[in-house]
Order: sequence, then C-alpha cells, then structure tokens
Amino acid sequence: MAVQLSNKQVGWVKAALFVLALLPFARLVWGTATGSFTDPLAAITQGSGEWALYFLCITLAMTPLRRLSGWNWLVKLRRMIGLFTFFYALVHFTAFLWFDHFFDVGAMLTDVVKRPFILVGFIAFVLLIPLAATSTNGMIKRLGGKRWQWLHRLIYPIAALAILHFWWMKAGKNDFAQPILFGLIVAVLLGLRIVWSRTKARAAARA
Amino acid sequence: MLIKRNPNGIDLPFSSEITPQSVYEGRRQFITRMAATAAVGSGIWEMANREAFAQDAGQKLAARRNVALSTDEKLTPFKDASNYNNYYEFGLDKGDPAENAHTLRTRPWTLRIEGEVKKPITLDIDTLLKLAPLEERIYRLRCVEGWSMVIPWVGYSLSNLLKQVEPTGNAKFVEFTTLADNKQMPGLRSGVLDWPYVEGLRIDEAMHPLTLLTMGMYGQVLPNQNGAPVRLIVPWKYGFKSAKSIVRIRLLSRQPRTAWNDSAPREYGFYSNVNPNVDHPRWSQASERRIGETGLFQPKRKTLMFNGYDQVSSLYTGMDLKRFY
Repeated sequence: MAVQLSNKQVGWVKAALFVLALLPFARLVWGTATGSFTDPLAAITQGSGEWALYFLCITLAMTPLRRLSGWNWLVKLRRMIGLFTFFYALVHFTAFLWFDHFFDVGAMLTDVVKRPFILVGFIAFVLLIPLAATSTNGMIKRLGGKRWQWLHRLIYPIAALAILHFWWMKAGKNDFAQPILFGLIVAVLLGLRIVWSRTKARAAARA
Repeated sequence: MLIKRNPNGIDLPFSSEITPQSVYEGRRQFITRMAATAAVGSGIWEMANREAFAQDAGQKLAARRNVALSTDEKLTPFKDASNYNNYYEFGLDKGDPAENAHTLRTRPWTLRIEGEVKKPITLDIDTLLKLAPLEERIYRLRCVEGWSMVIPWVGYSLSNLLKQVEPTGNAKFVEFTTLADNKQMPGLRSGVLDWPYVEGLRIDEAMHPLTLLTMGMYGQVLPNQNGAPVRLIVPWKYGFKSAKSIVRIRLLSRQPRTAWNDSAPREYGFYSNVNPNVDHPRWSQASERRIGETGLFQPKRKTLMFNGYDQVSSLYTGMDLKRFY
C-alpha cells in the first residue's frame, strides 16, 4: 500500500532523519571529548568510514525503495542522505589527513599513490565532491536535468570503489563477512537498476 | 593561679616547638603531596574495585624491578592495557577479549617443552612461577596496527627456561603454541586464522635476555585477556609475535610456520621486527599512536628501530631487513 505524505509530514520526517543521521557523529565527538575511546584516532577513522558506507547504501536504496513501495515522497529525502554520505566520507578523509599525516598534504598524496587500498578510497572520495557540489536546485537547473543525472550516476562507480576499499581493508585479517554483506547489498541495489532499465528499453522498443 | 610569663610578658614557645622555616614554607607542597597521595589512593581503590569485577581478582605477583632493562616512560593506564587487546581467540574487536576471556581456565595449566632438547619437560604453572626470580620490566609494546603502550610486565628471561631443557645442537628455532579450545575460546569459530595460534623465533632471539617469559603485569597475575597464565613478550618485535596463553614450546631445526605469516604472508613476515623503514602494505610504520598520550592536536610519535631496543641489532648484522621483514 502506497503511503503518501503531505509536504509538512515529509518535512517532519526529514528533520527527524537529520537528527538521527548526526547521532553517529555526535557519538564520535562525545567519545573523544570524554576520553572514553582508548584509541580515539582509530575510533574516529573507523567510525566515520563505516557510516560513510552505511549512508552510501541507504542513498542507493532510496530509488529502488520508492519504486517497490510506491512511496514517492522518499525521493525528497534522497539528497539529504546523499549529503550525509559525503559528510561521513569527508570526516573519514579528514581523519586520514589529520591523524595519519598531520595535514602534510605531500606525505598524504605519497601515501595515496603508494597504497592501492588507500588510492581506491581516495578516488571514491574525490568523485563524491562534484556530486555534493551540484546537489543544489540551482546547480540542477544550471546543468540541466539530463546532464545532472548523468553526472550523478558517478555514485555507481563510487559504490564499487568503496566496496573494494572496504574489502582490501578487511583482507589482512581474512575477515570477509562484512565486505561480502555490503558487496551483496550494493550488487542488488545496482542490479535492480540494470533490470529496470532493460525492461524499460524493451518496452520502448515494443512501443 | 600563677601564670608564668617571661619577663616581657609574652608567651613564647620553646625553640624546639617552632616549625622550621623550610617546612613552614613547604606547606603548600605538603598539601599538594597529601592531595596526590589521596589521588593515588583513590586510583588504587578504583583499580581494586575494578579488579573485584574482573575474573582473576588481580592476584598480586611480587617482583623486583629490573631497572637496567626498564624504560622510564609513562606507564599506560592498567585500564587501557587490560581493555584494549588483540586476542582473536576471544573475538576480533579490541574490547572483546576483556569481555569474553573469563571463560579461560588458567589453572590447572601445563606447559610442555620438547623437540630438539635433551630434557623435554612438562611444567605446571606454579613450578614455572618459581623457576627463576620474577622481575618487573617496563617495556614499550608496539602493535603492528600502529599503536603503542608502555607496560610493566612480570616474568623472567625465557633463556632461564630454555637452558633447563638443554637444547641440542640442531635447535635453530623455537615455536610457541597457544591454547586452542573451542569450549573456552568463542573466537575459534571465526576463520580469521588457522588455529591454534603459532608463533616462532630464531633460537638466538629466544635466548636474548630481553625476551621475557611473562606471568604478570602491573604487579599482578596476567588478566586472562592479556594472555594468562603464561605468555611471551618480545619487545623489539610487533606485538603479535608475542604468543599468549602458551601450552607448548618446541625447539626445531627448521623455521616454524607462524599463524599470521600463513594467513597474510605479504603483510606479516616471520621476523616482524619493529622497523620504521619497512611499511606495512596498507600503512606506514614510521610513526605510532601512544595509547593515552597521542591526542588530536599533536603529531604521532616517531617509531624507533627495533622499538628502541638497539641492543638486539647485532642479531641481524648483514641481514636485509626489508627482505626479511
């Protein structure tokens, strides 16, 4: 059954979601400030990376969820969730630049080039920047809907790179349970899009 | 009633009753000291309380400090050293061992020493504790993951034990095997490593005086999560080389396989000496986060060659440590 919400109700959902989405960040700040993390630098790096991945999956789930449920208002949450993906990725990257290299950009770039594991994560982060920068209504208008949409399909390769980054991070401990789980989630979310675009193309050909 | 006064009518104390000036002037210091004593006291009280909840109840283990082999760096708080552990037999997260290791039965416990030795022997933990005088040694501990601690261990040089079994001329390596018991160790269900955990040293590394057979830390019996009842500490190598809860020591003519080397040979070599010039494939080893010290607002500490234990460098003369990482 399709639940339709009024604009006002969507506004409330959005506000609640905004607060919820900030909770993981608040936990990192709180844990660091109160000294409850034994290794705060590791806790921040790990926590922000995990939440960037979670939000990436939620972002990718919005469109399939809307199609399957018929809850069209979900599309109004997509931008905010996408921006939270960028926010946690930014915290993750800043943690790397700050804690690992103490803002020595040269040393940071050397590290990026030297290690494939960091390189793929870095590329994924850099590719997120144009998406965040073009997330405003003004930018959509300026680019034009079609071109904007093409640009934002970058999220698909970003998702693949993020999974690879996560996979390689866990590979040292042969601990693949989570990389497999998130790899499957992303594969299903991207696979649905392929299936839908094929049926659409076939329908168009028949018409 | 006659009140005796001195001639000018003022009561004066005997000179012996006058607080010496230095003491008088030191009263602030005295107060600070009293406060410090109270703080230390409450620290101990807190520790005692915490220990009351811990499984091993923090049984004391007396030892004389070996000053020559100890660092004077600030100790890592006991709370951090006993709650932030890598002991995969009890789970993969740092907090898991402290939470799960209560199932480990550390008594009775026997350690078997065999292989290329003239006198193989099986020792129980009480015999082991009395085999040589216990020493306290404050060592730096550097984890391969990039963090470090300073921990006062209690034990004695492993060479004390190895000499007892009289290694043969063929004994070139020493292998250490950790307990692997499904009933006591929930982490064995994970396929991260090929259990049991096995580590190894070259015989000269094992015989080096710094190599410590360890039964305690912070003046008490090892907490289970730190590798009770007996573990190894090799302070110039990354922490994973120091096997925990050891049940068997074997002297061998060939280099033993080791758990992490089997699992990820490119990342964890047999030697695994702390070396700021040899990176881990996924991160640099040039610096480290000292637990309880490195915060957000200062750069990390530089990692020292052999973790600062230069006295072992002669063990590796002529060796390419980039190749034998």
